[in-house]
Formats: sequence, C-alpha cells, structure tokens
Amino acid sequence: MLSCQNVRVQFGGITALDGVTFDVAKGEIVGLIGPNGAGKTTMFNCISRLYPVHGGDILFEGRSLLAEPPHRIATLGISRTFQNVALFDTLTVADNVILGAHGHAHAHAKRRFFGEAFRLASALRAERALADEAAELMAELGLESVAQRTARDLPFGTRKRIELARALAARPRLLMLDEPVAGLNHAEIDELTGFIRGLKGRRGLTVLLVEHHMNMVMGVSDKVVVLDFGRRIADGPPAAVKNDPEVIRAYLGTAS
Amino acid sequence: MVAGAFDRGIAGAQRDGVARRALSVATVVAIVAACAIPLWGSPYQVFQMTLVVIDAIALLGLNLLTGYGGQISLGHGAFFGVGAYTTAVLIHSWNVPYLLTLPCAGLVCLALGFVFGLPAVRLDGLHLALATFALGVVLPQVLKYKGIEAWTGGVQGISLEKPAVPFGLPLSPDQWLYCVALAVAAGLFALARNVMRGATGRVIVGVRDSPVAASSVGIDTALTKAATFGVSAMLTGIAGALSALVVQFVGPDSFTIFLSISLLVGIVVGGLASISGAVFGALFIQFVPNLADDVSKAAPSAVYGVVLIVSVYLMPYGVSGLLRKAKARAFAWIDARHSRSVTSQPTKPTKQGS
Repeated sequence: MLSCQNVRVQFGGITALDGVTFDVAKGEIVGLIGPNGAGKTTMFNCISRLYPVHGGDILFEGRSLLAEPPHRIATLGISRTFQNVALFDTLTVADNVILGAHGHAHAHAKRRFFGEAFRLASALRAERALADEAAELMAELGLESVAQRTARDLPFGTRKRIELARALAARPRLLMLDEPVAGLNHAEIDELTGFIRGLKGRRGLTVLLVEHHMNMVMGVSDKVVVLDFGRRIADGPPAAVKNDPEVIRAYLGTAS
Repeated sequence: MVAGAFDRGIAGAQRDGVARRALSVATVVAIVAACAIPLWGSPYQVFQMTLVVIDAIALLGLNLLTGYGGQISLGHGAFFGVGAYTTAVLIHSWNVPYLLTLPCAGLVCLALGFVFGLPAVRLDGLHLALATFALGVVLPQVLKYKGIEAWTGGVQGISLEKPAVPFGLPLSPDQWLYCVALAVAAGLFALARNVMRGATGRVIVGVRDSPVAASSVGIDTALTKAATFGVSAMLTGIAGALSALVVQFVGPDSFTIFLSISLLVGIVVGGLASISGAVFGALFIQFVPNLADDVSKAAPSAVYGVVLIVSVYLMPYGVSGLLRKAKARAFAWIDARHSRSVTSQPTKPTKQGS
C-alpha cells in the first residue's frame, strides 16, 4: 500500500534520511521506532509532503506522492496526527472534527460557498450530514461532552483524542500517528492502544505509527521498522526486532 | 440527532431561546433605528451616518482578512481608494450608471486583492504588514501619475455630481444615498455572516490557527489565503466606491496611509473576528475624532490617542468581545436561576418554538 524506496533527505549538510526503504501492506499496523533524531518524524513529514525529498520515491497505492502538493495527500487517503498536537485552537471540538473531512467534502466546496452565502437547503443539508458524521466519531472517542468547547481550553489527553477523531473524519485508508501515547497516563495509554487495535478490525485501516513507548509499539504492531541516524537498521515482526543485536546496540549503545 | 445539542440540557435550550430572542429584538431595534435616521436626522447627520455605514463595509472586509484570516493588512486604504476611483472614472469618463459601478469596483478589487494575495501568502505577520504598508504608501503616488491623468484627473482628482433620486421618491439625494449604502451593507453583512458561519469560515479560521494542520486535512492554504485577500479587498473596494458617490469627489490624497491605519484601528476596537465588530468599529472611527475635536480644539490627536488606549485597555477583544462577555455572564445568571427553580418546583415541559 505504502512503499518508501531509498528515501533520502538532507537539511544543509546533515543527512536526515539516508536511503530508507520499507513497505506497509494493506491492513497492517506498522511501528516506526528508533532513538531520538533517528528520522522518524522526518519520514512522516516526507509522506505528508511537508519536507522536500532529495532522493528515492514514496509510492501510495502505486502512485508517487512526490508529485502531489501537501493538501492533496488527505484527499488521496492518508491522514495523520502530529507529535506536538496541531489543532485548530479557536474552533470548537466539533468544528475541528468536521474540518477533518475537508479532504472528501472538498469536491463540493465551491458550490457550498455560494450555497451557504444564500443559505440554500442543499448547503444546510451538507452541513448537517458533516455534523452528524463528526458526532458519531466524537461519540466513539468519548468527546460528546466537550463537543461545543473550544479546543484550546482542553487538557492534553483530550486534545490527542480530538486530533485522532479529526484524522479519522477524513475517512483515510492509511492513518499515520506521530507518538499517539506520548504524554498520556497509564489508563489513557491502555484505552488508546485498544482503540488503535480496534481500528484495524472495524475500519480495515492501515496504520503507520511512530512511538517511543516500547510496550505499546511491540504490543500493537504487526511489523516494526527501526531507524537509527537516518538509516533503516531492522525491519520485521516485533519479536524478531526486539532481539536484533543491531537494534539493541542502537538503543543501549552496547560496545560492538 | 443534532450535533449542536450536545452538552446542552433543558436549561441550555431554554437559555439559548432567551438569547436568540434577545438578539433578534436587538437586531430589529438596530435595523429600525438605522432606517429611521434619514427621516429625523439633519442633512449633515445623514451624511455622517452614510459614512459610518460605508466604513462598516470596509471594516467587514478588513476583518475577514485580519480578524478571521490572521493576515495583517496595513494597506487596505489602497483597496478603498481603488474602489472609489473605479466608480469615479467609470461615471466620469464612460457615463456608466452609478449603481452598476459598485459591482465593477468590487470585481476590480477582488482581482487586485487576489493577485496581491498570491505572493503575499508566503509572507507572514510583520513581513506581510510591511508589504501591504508599501501598497498603501504607493497608491497616492500612482494616482498622481501623468500617464493616466486623462482618467484619474491627476492631482486634481475627479468631482462627481450627486445621483438623482429615482422613481420620484420623496427623498433628498443624501437620504437616497444613505438608503443605497444601507441596502448594500445589509446584503453584504448577511452574506458574510452566512459564509463565515459555515464551511468557508471554518476553513479560513483553520488556516489561521494552524497552517500545517490545515494542509494535513486537505486545505490548500495558499489558495485560501489569496482568496480571502481577494474577497476582503472586494468588500473594502465596494465601500470605497460608495464613498466616491457620497463624497462626490476622489483625489489622490483622500486615500493616504492614514486611512489604512484607521481601518486597522476600527477592527481592533470593534472586535477582531466578529461580524458585528465592524459596525462598532465604524462608529468609533467616524465619531471619536469629532468627539476629540469637541473636547480639545488644541490637541484633538492627544484626546483621540487617550480614548484609543483606554478602549484597548478596557476592551482587549473590542466592543463585540465585551458584549460576548456580557452574554456569557447573563447565561450564567439564567442558568443559576433556572437550577434554583428546578430544585424548588417540578419542571413544566417547556414549549419550544419551531
């Protein structure tokens, strides 16, 4: 489904990604791990087209993403969350989630501009449909009670759930989660891990996640890709990767 | 199932009903008052109120860009000027019917704003403020340019005649122009309110709040910003066009950088990212300088400055922010009263208006 081939990225003289290759198959949950600065988030930003790619290619369902502008990525079926949670802070939770659907609601955007200006029934109906869909997602993530609150006013754990709901509102086929459980407490981590596992079964989603919480990644992933200093050093099922000497060296710095 | 009904109990619904009724009463009173002005006001008062209505349209335009879109413009006076000149030139050189010049001025400014907005989307905050400042500074010079003097009248500007009152209405030309301006404003305010409440408003505010997140949900941020710039310039340009009709004169020095600055003052004092804020801001920029003049003939600027500082200090979110706060207080009071009455007596089923 997603195929990163020999991806290379440079910032000034620093090589952030040095020929990274890995595949994500349809329906899989793939964990992308590695020490700080290994290039995990850089990889995400390449797929989102936020960073320029200097070599290699990224294919999604057989088509190169490198020719697409950043705002087309969501429409193609990829949505994501951010490491430091990027919400629309002055909008309500409901509006945040509704805006998540912009990628697929977008086809009618021009018609809706005039429809809304003159309050035509079709535009009001479209708005209602979006609101209903968002309401379902918010219910699923336990956000009903804060639906009309401003996103800025809510605690970190709730903000993470809003971001996840927004990403799902785009009806993605590939969901990219950047450190979904960072900064959450034990109960929240268990809950979210369960939710992510459930996504696969119910929605037939493919998930690519970056995470530092080892128990979580190893527990939830079908496959784990390990990066270190911009290179892929391991790729395989969690059990095999965990015992890979190269991975242990990267994490623990054992003398080789 | 209605998404908006989340987090609102019976008290909330009742409270919202009260609020909606209060708001519609206030709106009706405001509209009636606005329509009554030409009947009772002196010619000068009618003229002044026409300028308030026109400024409100200009501020609505700037507020779309700066309040909702988060892009600071220090040069919106230029679009006001281009709108005014478009109307003046069309009437003076081509005898175009004056009402037809209004949409023309809007379209010219829409195009100009969009074209200016395209490169400007790469600039943020202070840099954009400077680029638009340049626009505001350049316009008077351009209008004086010899090569286009045949149309613009150069430093002399263009004088216009007052349009005739149609259909033999028993109105003076000033009263008629007031009605025209009010009708245009009512239409534009209604459209702006509808658009900003819906998907488009969400997108514009989303791009302001987080460009990265906006792009990740599929919003073309550059196009959104440029389009916002264009629509904003269009509204301000229409205001300029109306002002040309009302003032009956356009000259290069009517549209200096000071006009741009006072528009910015207007949206901040009225309330950023608020439709009603434009009306309050227009009242401020029209009347406070006159008021300052009445207080002190010697130093009106000083008085103006003090009033400005005090209002920004007392109302950091502008007049409309203050009203919003008052509404929240009133809601809290109604809720508290309601919860007390619930404990003392059984709730009767409330009749809901449809």
